[in-house]
Amino acid sequence: MTGKEYRTITDVKGPLVFLNKTEPVAFGEIVSLRLADGSIKNGQVLDTSDDLVIVQVFEGTAKIDRTAGVTFMGDVFKLPVSTDLVGRILDGAGRPRDGGPDIVAEENADIIGAAINPFSRQSPHDFIQTGISAIDCCTTLVRGQKLPIFSASGLPHNDIALQIARQAKLPGSDEQFIVVFCAMGITAEEYNFFRSDLERTGALENAVLFVNLADDPAVERIITPRLALTAAEYLAFEHDYHVLVIYTDMTNYCDALRQIGAAREEVPGRRGYPGYMYTDLAMLYERAGIVKGKKGSITQFPILTMPGDDITHPIPDLSGYITEGQIVISRELHQQGIYPPINVLPSLSRLMGSCIGAKTTREDHKSVSDQMYAAYAQGRELRGLVAIVGEDALNERDKQLLDFSGVFEDRFLRQSRDEDRSIEDTLNLCWELMASIDTKYLVRLDQDWIDKYHPENRS
Amino acid sequence: MSNEGVIYRISGPVVTATGMSAGMYDVVRVGNEGLMGEVIELHGDKAVIQVYEDTSGMRPGEPVINTGETLSVSLGPGLLTQIYDGIQRPLPTLEEVMGVFITRGVDADAFDLEKKWTFEAVVEKGAAVEGGQVIGHVQETETIVHKIMVPPTMSGVIKSIKSGDFNVTETVCVLEDGGEIQMMQKWPVRTPRPYRQKYAPDTPLVTGMRILDFLFPLAKGGAAGIPGPFGSGKTVTQQSLAKYSDAQIVVYIGCGERGNEMTEVLDEFPHLIDPNTGKPLMNRTVMIANTSNMPVAAREASVYTGITIAEYFRDMGYDVALMADSTSRWAEAMREISSRLEEMPGEEGYPAYLSSRIAEFYERAGRVETKNGDDGSVTVIGAVSPPGGDISEPVSQGTLRIVKVFWGLDAGLARQRHFPAINWLNSYSLYPQSLNQWFRDNIAQDFPEVRTQISGLLQVESELQEIVQLVGSDALPVDQQLTLEVARMIREYFLQQNGFHEVDAFCDINLQYSMSKAILSFQDAAKNAMAAGAQLNDVVNIPARTALMRGRFEKGYVDTIESMVKDMVDEIAATVEEN
Repeated sequence: MTGKEYRTITDVKGPLVFLNKTEPVAFGEIVSLRLADGSIKNGQVLDTSDDLVIVQVFEGTAKIDRTAGVTFMGDVFKLPVSTDLVGRILDGAGRPRDGGPDIVAEENADIIGAAINPFSRQSPHDFIQTGISAIDCCTTLVRGQKLPIFSASGLPHNDIALQIARQAKLPGSDEQFIVVFCAMGITAEEYNFFRSDLERTGALENAVLFVNLADDPAVERIITPRLALTAAEYLAFEHDYHVLVIYTDMTNYCDALRQIGAAREEVPGRRGYPGYMYTDLAMLYERAGIVKGKKGSITQFPILTMPGDDITHPIPDLSGYITEGQIVISRELHQQGIYPPINVLPSLSRLMGSCIGAKTTREDHKSVSDQMYAAYAQGRELRGLVAIVGEDALNERDKQLLDFSGVFEDRFLRQSRDEDRSIEDTLNLCWELMASIDTKYLVRLDQDWIDKYHPENRS
Repeated sequence: MSNEGVIYRISGPVVTATGMSAGMYDVVRVGNEGLMGEVIELHGDKAVIQVYEDTSGMRPGEPVINTGETLSVSLGPGLLTQIYDGIQRPLPTLEEVMGVFITRGVDADAFDLEKKWTFEAVVEKGAAVEGGQVIGHVQETETIVHKIMVPPTMSGVIKSIKSGDFNVTETVCVLEDGGEIQMMQKWPVRTPRPYRQKYAPDTPLVTGMRILDFLFPLAKGGAAGIPGPFGSGKTVTQQSLAKYSDAQIVVYIGCGERGNEMTEVLDEFPHLIDPNTGKPLMNRTVMIANTSNMPVAAREASVYTGITIAEYFRDMGYDVALMADSTSRWAEAMREISSRLEEMPGEEGYPAYLSSRIAEFYERAGRVETKNGDDGSVTVIGAVSPPGGDISEPVSQGTLRIVKVFWGLDAGLARQRHFPAINWLNSYSLYPQSLNQWFRDNIAQDFPEVRTQISGLLQVESELQEIVQLVGSDALPVDQQLTLEVARMIREYFLQQNGFHEVDAFCDINLQYSMSKAILSFQDAAKNAMAAGAQLNDVVNIPARTALMRGRFEKGYVDTIESMVKDMVDEIAATVEEN
């Protein structure tokens, strides 16, 4: 069916082109539009019927008029994949951006991707050490997990993502991660920051970059993460790589989704985002994991900026319901000059339980993490009380907890951008800090661990 | 008009066909690949179909065939221990056929049609039987006897019936009118299975979770809603219920949730032992997994598939518990399809029929007299995932209007690592009135009064906390400080429960009672001691109380708790003499 060119456009609206009197067109089919000046735009079929076809144009509809020629390519969107992808930089539609040659396909992979059969999944269980205490101790990352960073504008989420990409490793193993980086609507400046950092550390050779910048067409952002994940799946499940997918910024992706929904005059859900956004995001996030019989894995690190620092905004909210936890960046901590400003209280790693303990990290990890968390939570709460009644009104226990919350931020959270703490160091640091609290208040620690690890008993 | 038409339009999971005679909810095969779909709207000559698989690449003009049946599930021996997708295709079979990724256009039988089961007839030739009556038994798993029933639509006099080894499609019984009965029957998922009458529930579903059984009990045959923001422990609570509740059959629906969570359940359940029977949990479990990235129309169907299976086991006289995690994803599937149909939306884009669909679903719960004259029940526990944790949204509200038990999960408690993070101040259960008699007869005469005392203390605490927030706890009189201490004990010792701890995860209801009495003993002893001059600090810090509280993590606590309470009381009394 390729080849036949139609000149039957009836309407153009936002990113959408409507045309009629076509032969049967497949749902999801790729479309090529030839403009009067000879330039080519690409699109995809969103709705098809005998009478009317709706095409979503990736590069925007500027300059499209009713005389533009429309050709249906007879197939759904596919990405040419091969191991040559590693080390390359591609644009948001999968074309080389680094001046290099086209990718010679070993295979053309459907970018929508199929759902992994839940029965065929393998539970993630390998501990990834990021070298960042707050993450390793309190929201432990597991290979095959999808753990987003909930941030907001003006916060150092990019530094944290890069530090993780640099330092992530399985303790006692030299297996490397391949980084698949997917930029959606970020600024050129941010992109250069990522790129130069990856270059500086030599990680670029082991990375694939898909880049859609702020001035690139917004609608293209719908396919960029799908391309990145298709590449990731190919590398992980056909070539046994362990892939770390970082995508930023999911908020721009969702806004592009909203833009298309609005152009189609769909009934909007909360804040104008389409009602199917949950399903749509799930189709991305759920492409993380480990499957039976394959050696590779896909770990995802989506970054999203919460509009107005609001965690109940639909984008972080729906993400949080799909991902296996979240790392929340706090403006308050950032303004106190603490890096990384991770607020451990709303942060969570759902898979943490499966990867910590005597065999992987250390036997006391769970107890220590619970106790650190509980003590810090109580200490933080007391700050509000102190603001009203003053520190003198506190009893001994509360005073200790209040002081603890300060050292927690100052010594446990705070570390430099290239400081790579081993899990052993992190846990020992925890014990050292918790020693400032009377043991009888440390109710979440097992007596066995107190006997073994408490600084008083170790010296 | 024939039963074959052609595709006119494709918009995501919604396909329109023309030239085909169709009725509402007819199952159709769509396109060259024969993808399964269901008719959901008729417009003159056009039938609107929701398709249960991905429609990419499909074109107008491809054929559509009406099967003339409505969406049905297969019911018979082989259901237990299975894991299905939303339209009852077994996931292990799909893996065999398609590999680890779910592609499309594959049909799979719900269970092994060839396997021979030993059928043992329990009625004789010449007996008059009605729909729903039990005619034979099959030992399906170690613990569960699968009762073979006359399909609800049939009745008559038995002409012949034979015991022996059969597969599920072989005829085991013939009626005088020529009707043949096999061990497998089909039932349309959107129609509730019939029963004689509904009873008022009078027995609690014992879950082993202290806050639920003790403060907010759910009756067998009741319905409960668990709303909560993400990270507050909905799934962990649902899984604990699936593991430890004393239902005889559990149907677990993972509806639009995470793939890895279902994997965890699949990995874990075969190794877990049912505390009520001592046998593997899988023996009593049917699972349905339609994860968030699987087709949205099948997600919509998954809750109906699940509840029909639950009703089928209820009809055998079993107590069935159904967990749906999460009903919000089901509602969103309805919203997505409704929006594709360009229906006029109600609140927040949800279709106007949302609340009636929710009500119809929960109404399929209940304790009934079955057609066979037995007592059976379906208890439904639905998780709700309100956006931003705000339960004023339509799905939460639609659920709360119909369920009688509300277990409200609280992000604040989860943040303090207080698990289960069920807020004791805003949760409720409307069942205590009808269950009190059971508690009095089976646990202790004063059970309801003890419960009132415990919940009263928590209420007082919340009022005192408001004052403490302003002036600090040292400013309160000592008796109120003691109340705070007692309430803290209730929270940390009684309400908190470690769902992953081998001992603490399941707490027998008799032990729950003993623990609550232990708290009250502490309160009384402390009051007496302080009246005689003891200091609050000394009373609170006695080692025997810490030992009592830590004891709940030890095996055999039920035997030792009494002496530990006695030690505590003695030590508290001793603090008077020190002064």
